[in-house]
Amino acid sequence: MSVRQRERPFGRPKPEVPRGEIVILEERCKGCSFCIEYCPHKVLVPAKKYNAKGYHPPEIEKPELCVNCGFCRMICPEFAIYTYENPKPDAASAGAVSVKGDQP
Amino acid sequence: MKPDPKGVLTGAHYLDGDHACCEGALAAGCRFVAGYPITPSTEVVERFARRAPLVPGALFIQMEDELAASIAIQGAVWGGKKAMTVTSGPGYSLMMEHIGLAAMTETPCVFVDVQRGGPSTGLPTLPGQADMMQARWGSHGDYEIIALSPNSPQECFDLTIDAFNLSEEYRVPVMFMMDECVGHMLERVVIPAADKIEIYPRRMTKLPPGQFLPFKPGPDLVPEMFKAGDGYRIHVTGLTHDFRGYPDMSPEIQEQLVHRLVDKIRVNTPKIIRYEEIDVAKADVVVVSYGITSRVATEAIAQARRQGLKVGMLRLIVCWPFPENRIFELASQGKAFVVAEMNYGQMVLEVERAARGRAPVLLAGHGGGTVHNIEDITQKIVEAQKCRS
Amino acid sequence: MSVLKELEKATAEAPAIGCAEHPMDNFMRMDRMPSIWCPSCGIGVSVNCFAKALEKCKIPLDDVAVVSGIGCSGRVAGYVKVYSFHTTHGRALPFATGLKLANPKLKVVVFSGDGDIIAIGGNHFINAARRNIDMTVICINNFNYAMTGGQVAPTTPGGAYLTTSPFGNFETPFNLPFLAESVGAVYVARWTSLHVYNQTQSMVEALNKPGFSFIEIVAPCPTIYERAQKMGDGLDRLRWYCDNSEINNEAQTKDIDIRLRDQIVVGKFVDKTRPTYLEAMNAHFKEILGERYHPYEG
Repeated sequence: MSVRQRERPFGRPKPEVPRGEIVILEERCKGCSFCIEYCPHKVLVPAKKYNAKGYHPPEIEKPELCVNCGFCRMICPEFAIYTYENPKPDAASAGAVSVKGDQP
Repeated sequence: MKPDPKGVLTGAHYLDGDHACCEGALAAGCRFVAGYPITPSTEVVERFARRAPLVPGALFIQMEDELAASIAIQGAVWGGKKAMTVTSGPGYSLMMEHIGLAAMTETPCVFVDVQRGGPSTGLPTLPGQADMMQARWGSHGDYEIIALSPNSPQECFDLTIDAFNLSEEYRVPVMFMMDECVGHMLERVVIPAADKIEIYPRRMTKLPPGQFLPFKPGPDLVPEMFKAGDGYRIHVTGLTHDFRGYPDMSPEIQEQLVHRLVDKIRVNTPKIIRYEEIDVAKADVVVVSYGITSRVATEAIAQARRQGLKVGMLRLIVCWPFPENRIFELASQGKAFVVAEMNYGQMVLEVERAARGRAPVLLAGHGGGTVHNIEDITQKIVEAQKCRS
Repeated sequence: MSVLKELEKATAEAPAIGCAEHPMDNFMRMDRMPSIWCPSCGIGVSVNCFAKALEKCKIPLDDVAVVSGIGCSGRVAGYVKVYSFHTTHGRALPFATGLKLANPKLKVVVFSGDGDIIAIGGNHFINAARRNIDMTVICINNFNYAMTGGQVAPTTPGGAYLTTSPFGNFETPFNLPFLAESVGAVYVARWTSLHVYNQTQSMVEALNKPGFSFIEIVAPCPTIYERAQKMGDGLDRLRWYCDNSEINNEAQTKDIDIRLRDQIVVGKFVDKTRPTYLEAMNAHFKEILGERYHPYEG
């Protein structure tokens, strides 16, 4: 007879899902799409615009789903994207993306 | 600066040239030798392998080939030690790429070539002097090196110290061109006390990280040195690079860098060249020689003098850069030259070039395997005298 | 103004691209970005993992030295902001040997490609592993000589089409973990570019482990290798790794050849201990020479 396990023991509080803010350094991106493909929550999509070198950097489509897992930061070959933890986003900056252009 | 007394084997010894060279290296502060056995140079590293465990901070490693040896010493230099490798003809050919790397990255190190009969495997146990041009031109590209040539075990000791000093002063690989005869000849070698030896300390920079541009030259065209682990975090590359050490593929940087590498020695040539002149002022014929051949030439000159000829000798101690101005001076004075060397004509080409047609230049050369017959040199001296008139 | 002065001025004023933005920016020479690597090349991913591994190990960056050879992977030395040495083709390992033995306090890492380490550098690889010199070797395996245009390499799988095997490669390739284990490496692992966390963990273990550690990273080369074999671009290759790589730490290295379009076995295969070169040397000389010997510390 199989034992059915409860997903959550009685009385334990529900764990808080981390929230992350994404920073994309668009001018470094070479459009490889690794981050877009491997984001577990599919937060990113390719942007329509080009950066100075002619690549499509990623764009944040669903910022509220980012959980600061950091996989995009690890898989990016160009050091062009990273996340940081933001547990209490205010309404104005919820999912705000800091997109930095810099000198080519 | 004075050397560490623990490396100096003070006293009078009966050593051969190879052993004296090893002692000279230890006295100069060399604490890392990477070698590969090849006759007739093996004794240098054998002695170093014996001495290294008992000299604090010294390490010997026998690498898997000469290519590895010639670049392991450069790694050791960047790790902060003075380093040397030792080889003969076939190994010297293998090391050429890394001599170029040392010249390009301005790594101070010493390459000892105990020349033997060549080309290729040649005469492993017999002397030759046929690597002289290779020492200067062996690697690809434009660069300059310094080459010294001892003619006795005592000079093997003294000039090894000078080789290390020159390499530190000019941040250039220095070629120590011995030959098998000098290397295997046993003679009295007097090693002075440590406080009587002068060594040139490595020109480490005193600028703080952030301000230091590792390949920016000082007024004598030589940049200051650093070592890994000091906090500078610098990139060293064999690609053409700018002052920061970053590769830069442009003709302007090539001109800036490589022209300086070449000028570094050419502009400082008057301070570097060294030769020994005996009775040259009143001579009609000057015998130019180096290494073991100079000792045979001394006897040949004595023979010629007994025949009534006025002969002098110019012995090259620093073979590269070549003392062209002095040769031109002597040529302009109407002297004739006999170049005695154990090859079919290498340094004679330099003497011819330096004389610029003002003096007859004859070659007393042979292929190696044994030292010259005295009569052969004397005959050439007589011929040269005839050429003058 | 003379050419020299102009160049000096330009060097001092060179703008840095996106400096002090990314958490890893103090590890990279950001004034040299963008790198020369192609889009979706796997080398940058490994450099990223290496930066993370150094951070995790808490090794001061002043004590790290990266040595590399010639090739696309050899350019890593130029981009990392530590002591870095871009040496000649195949000779990164003996250079690293000399560097480590002269200054044993340094953490020496060799970052180079498959052709550089195992073809022209093959002799140096087997001897450095045999001697168990304390260093970490990260070999980015993209199965060809990419920098020179895509020639066949000793790691190219049979049947692959490259410029010097225009009718398909008929040679048998090396199995790098097998080779490393057989010559005495104390830590051998293989990961693909997709396994970023595993790579980082392996690098952390290898950096902390005394002795010769070898990590092979199977990386996409979208511009040359993948294009010649019609395998798509870097992203297609990562998706392929996802479906076709199997993590098996218990695998025997002799069984994990890489065949074209076949499964890749990844994992940490060897993790053993034996005395490093300096440990063996000091122990031996102490035994033979007794009190006269002072242990070598650099």
